[in-house]
Amino acid sequence: MGDILQLVLKRLGLGVVTLLVISILIFFAVELLPGDIAQAVLGQAATPETVAALREKMGLDQPAILRYFQWLGGALTGDFGVSLISGERVTEAISGRFINTLFLACYAAVIAVPISIILGVIVALLRNTLFDRVANVVTLTSISSPEFFLGYILILYLAVKTNYFPAIASLSTDMSFGELLHRTFLPALTLVLVVTAHMMRMTRAAIINLLASPYIEMARLKGVPPWKVIVKHALPNAWAPIINVVALNLAYLITGVVLVEVVFVYPGIGQLLVDAVSKRDFPIVQACCLIFAATFILLNLAADVGSILTNPRLRHPK
Amino acid sequence: MVPKKDVLLQIKDLRIEGYSDENWIEIVHGVDLTLHKGEVLGLIGESGAGKSTIGLAAMGFARDGCRISGGSIEFDGMELTTTPESDLRALRGSRIAYVAQSAAASFNPAHRIIDQHTEAPIQYRIQKRVEAQEDAMELYHRLRLPNPDEIGFRYPHQVSGGQLQRAMTAMAMACRPDLIIFDEPTTALDVTTQIEVLAAIRDIVDQFNTAAIYITHDLAVVAQMADTIKVLLKGEEVEEAPTEQMLDAPSEDYTKSLWAVRSFKRPQKERPAAADAVPIVSVKNVDAAYGKIQVLDDVSFDIYAGMTVAVVGESGSGKSTTARCITGLLPPTKGEILFNGEALPPRYQDRSKDQLRQAQMIYQMADTALNPKIRISEIIGRPAQFYGGLRGAELKNRVDELLDLIELDPAKFYNRFPPELSGGQKQRIGIARALAAEPTFIICDEVTSALDQLVAEGILKLLDKLQQDLNLAYMFITHDLATVRSIADEVVVMQRGKVVEQGPKEKMFTPPHHPYTDLLLSSVPEMDPNWLTTLLEERGTDSIGEAANV
Amino acid sequence: MNSFVIGYYALLIGASCLAAYFKQRQIFLLIFSLTLVSFVTGIVGGAPALRSITIAAGLLALAAGVSYAFREFLIIIAPDGVAKELRTAPLTAAFGMFVIFTYAIAGIFAPVIAPFGEAEVISSAFAPADENMLLGADQLGRDMFSRIIYGARNTVGLALVATSLAFIAGALAGLLAATKGGWFDQFMGRLADVIMSIPSLIFALLILSIFGTSLFVIVIVVALIYSPRVFRLTRAVAGNVVVMDYIEAAKLRGEGTWYLIRKEILPNSTAPLVAEFGLEFCFVFLLIAGLSFLGLGIQPPTADWGSMVRENATLISFGELTPLIPAAAIALLTVAVNFVVDWMLFRSSGLKEV
Repeated sequence: MGDILQLVLKRLGLGVVTLLVISILIFFAVELLPGDIAQAVLGQAATPETVAALREKMGLDQPAILRYFQWLGGALTGDFGVSLISGERVTEAISGRFINTLFLACYAAVIAVPISIILGVIVALLRNTLFDRVANVVTLTSISSPEFFLGYILILYLAVKTNYFPAIASLSTDMSFGELLHRTFLPALTLVLVVTAHMMRMTRAAIINLLASPYIEMARLKGVPPWKVIVKHALPNAWAPIINVVALNLAYLITGVVLVEVVFVYPGIGQLLVDAVSKRDFPIVQACCLIFAATFILLNLAADVGSILTNPRLRHPK
Repeated sequence: MVPKKDVLLQIKDLRIEGYSDENWIEIVHGVDLTLHKGEVLGLIGESGAGKSTIGLAAMGFARDGCRISGGSIEFDGMELTTTPESDLRALRGSRIAYVAQSAAASFNPAHRIIDQHTEAPIQYRIQKRVEAQEDAMELYHRLRLPNPDEIGFRYPHQVSGGQLQRAMTAMAMACRPDLIIFDEPTTALDVTTQIEVLAAIRDIVDQFNTAAIYITHDLAVVAQMADTIKVLLKGEEVEEAPTEQMLDAPSEDYTKSLWAVRSFKRPQKERPAAADAVPIVSVKNVDAAYGKIQVLDDVSFDIYAGMTVAVVGESGSGKSTTARCITGLLPPTKGEILFNGEALPPRYQDRSKDQLRQAQMIYQMADTALNPKIRISEIIGRPAQFYGGLRGAELKNRVDELLDLIELDPAKFYNRFPPELSGGQKQRIGIARALAAEPTFIICDEVTSALDQLVAEGILKLLDKLQQDLNLAYMFITHDLATVRSIADEVVVMQRGKVVEQGPKEKMFTPPHHPYTDLLLSSVPEMDPNWLTTLLEERGTDSIGEAANV
Repeated sequence: MNSFVIGYYALLIGASCLAAYFKQRQIFLLIFSLTLVSFVTGIVGGAPALRSITIAAGLLALAAGVSYAFREFLIIIAPDGVAKELRTAPLTAAFGMFVIFTYAIAGIFAPVIAPFGEAEVISSAFAPADENMLLGADQLGRDMFSRIIYGARNTVGLALVATSLAFIAGALAGLLAATKGGWFDQFMGRLADVIMSIPSLIFALLILSIFGTSLFVIVIVVALIYSPRVFRLTRAVAGNVVVMDYIEAAKLRGEGTWYLIRKEILPNSTAPLVAEFGLEFCFVFLLIAGLSFLGLGIQPPTADWGSMVRENATLISFGELTPLIPAAAIALLTVAVNFVVDWMLFRSSGLKEV
């Protein structure tokens, strides 16, 4: 077990270092700004005096390294500074929306993960049949469509023409959970469509890859029925790639959410980010980027740890 | 002779097709086969003879991309070609079992050995789990596995190759089948390990009176195992006869030629008598390591011009690592390599063009040794152009000359690509590429072990002829003692990174030996069908388990 | 129950009987499950739903016919070696090639094909389609059809340039890393890891917020985001080639790095690399479309599919299909490229799964 612990710790360490490097990137990218933030915020028309005043207010006269550590320290304690546009505290602007975004991503994941793994196994079992080919074409089409295309199609057919679901996923605090699920169904479905197709293809590929192994042939020659060959002999060895695929797609959900939130006017962190980018509200942009990147890295880390834990060679060392 | 018994398996006019390039092509052309209860049939042939395919067909099974297209397979009164898949499945594992070539790859890494063993008996409701496990341990005892009560509860990667192969034989026995197909079960093993597995397989097949089809390309191995031998060539039967008759008096020319391969032998040359003769290559007290693991320990030997030094050892003995040290791919941690008396820079990057030119290499796998996307003319021409600066017509003449030298028709091969060539032809191109540099010393790394015997013999003869003509020095890395016997002048025996013994060939093959050399020599199967029995008696049954650990 | 519905079911059931009679199990299963699905949709959606199914099936048949003809056409005009490969192409791949061909024509000859200029205002906002305007007008009264044609040039062109840049940088670094090994390999690997651990869209948004949304910035950002992906793949593909004995032989001969890359490694990695180019193009194309959709990509008045979707999105709430057309144009091209790539990957995987 010592080996596993060591490996897991090593991955965790690597994750922390990556996150640190990314925080540096995110912070200093803004430093690359032609001129500086104060100038950018106030525009060309601002007098030197007002610019200087803002500069002092934002602490820009201090060296960048110092400001980085202040920012990082703040970020670690949940304080991302103040919005340049509204003057609101960034943490307050983000927190509620971040929960909404997480909710949407989880909603989609809960539907997509089981469906795609089961479908992936079925398609692997039925490989090279007509069903498999049709599934191949359908999933490829689904992957290739931009999220906003799928989103608007769903709006057109399930909201505008038939009125089954609301076209705009607005939230209010006094909604029941069932109502919440109904309101957010279309954005969740859009995400499910994109992600399921991808996960299904990868699950299929992971299993089919293994089907060429001699131990699978051995199992077949022992008279093991086909479904059991897949479930008992292929699947346990396919966990590592499947876990990676799931993590990759959950991470993708986090980014895909940005576009979907815009389509459905969903009050999540993605929409906030897009707004902030067009208004050049840097504290918010930095905070959102850091949060997205952290989630992304965390998921990949979980996948790495997951594949280490499911590897029989590592689990039972010599 | 095999006593007349009940017929267990009767194959008639079996035809099997394989799918390639959008077409179904017949690869087995009407083979007949009869197997009685308790009989062991040896199927022998070179690669592409269709032996594995026939073996699997005996289970009513065709690999993906193959199909049984004609003939009948009757197992104990049941016609397998028309039996539905679900009934065939019920037969597999219970009445017909299979032992694969590589046990390491054929055990599922995710499950314990004993759980894979008991899968079939539990599935067929022959035994409950506990009974099945007890039975498995009993079989492990019989197959003389170390720690038989405990070994099954390990995962495959925790057990050595030879032991896994025996565990797989035990697994095949789990339901006490009527027939076991052994598909090259010892090919991937070292000679000393091979013996334990052969002995274990033979014992257990005898004890349970199981019929078996034993597939192999090694004549000496099949002589120990089989009652009857059937020789196959390109999906067709050449001949079939009881083992002794087949060994003593084969009737077909092809079989005779197979038998005769090991007869090629050339006279042993002696080192130059002059006291001041300098060896072409001299390995002096070399240590080497991969990371922290030391793989070579104080290795020293000399190679003189025009002579062949065979470096012999099992996998992991360090023979290929020695070659990597000489070529400069792996700089030694201690010691040095002298070339014509001068020390070579340890890294190949620091060597001069001329130093690189003088030492060339021929590889084991001709498939990976030749770039599949470059024409033969350029593969051979590049060294001549690179070192000799030849261009245009001069270069073309040189390539033609080299192709002549390796006995391939220049007009036919000049413009072709490696994938269009056969294994033997590719190996010849590999030789021509080495010759194109006009070297004085060539390292041959297992150059014949991936080839069929007849083809291998041709390559050995060619190498010998080139040596005579061009006064080349060879370092011949091999695990095959038959090759050593035929081509070597001197022999270096290596074990676990050390040279255990070295000297002229004749001396090495006459006793007294170093104990390891002795083990190595005695483990090489001989064509005598009683060889294994005699050897086991000599060694004493108890020593088998430890044989590999000497 | 009108005659259309009766005919519809009669045709399906007749076809399934025929399939069953000729023992075409899979075709039978397909047609019969379509029949069953039709029962359900027919009950829920009535005759219009069945009509939509018929139209969809008709379109599918049309696409299949076009693809078949196009493949035969290519086989005839292609030289022998290529023709042999083309014969193995499934209809989906032929369809993909046909679509790519069409887009290329539309992009190259945009000014000839489009009846109006891309920024030319010719009628009132959201004017419906007439004999002048095939698809009606957009939110400023510009001709939708002309803008879609020009979009092929602008959107696809930008994506192509960005992909090429990402590809050249990534592939070169990957080949060098595989050949040289050592610290260079390690360093590049780590760098790629860091860049890839930032979600691509987020990274793009960050950079665009700082440098603004000029075309130059977009190309650089996209290259920066996607070259690590190309690097990783090239490194992996070349890594498999580098361990071959023929590379060792060339190294021991004393050949230089550039010779190794050009002569020994590259010819053995082209197939997966070409496929990767297609895949990368899809990613880049979708990213750029996404950025434009968010209003952060190609800026007006240049015609661009992503921004056209956004600008006309309000029409959706009136049940209009128009804003979906540019989105569909994006999807169609991505699907087409993916179909071709899928076939190429299958070919280059050496037909492992028969």
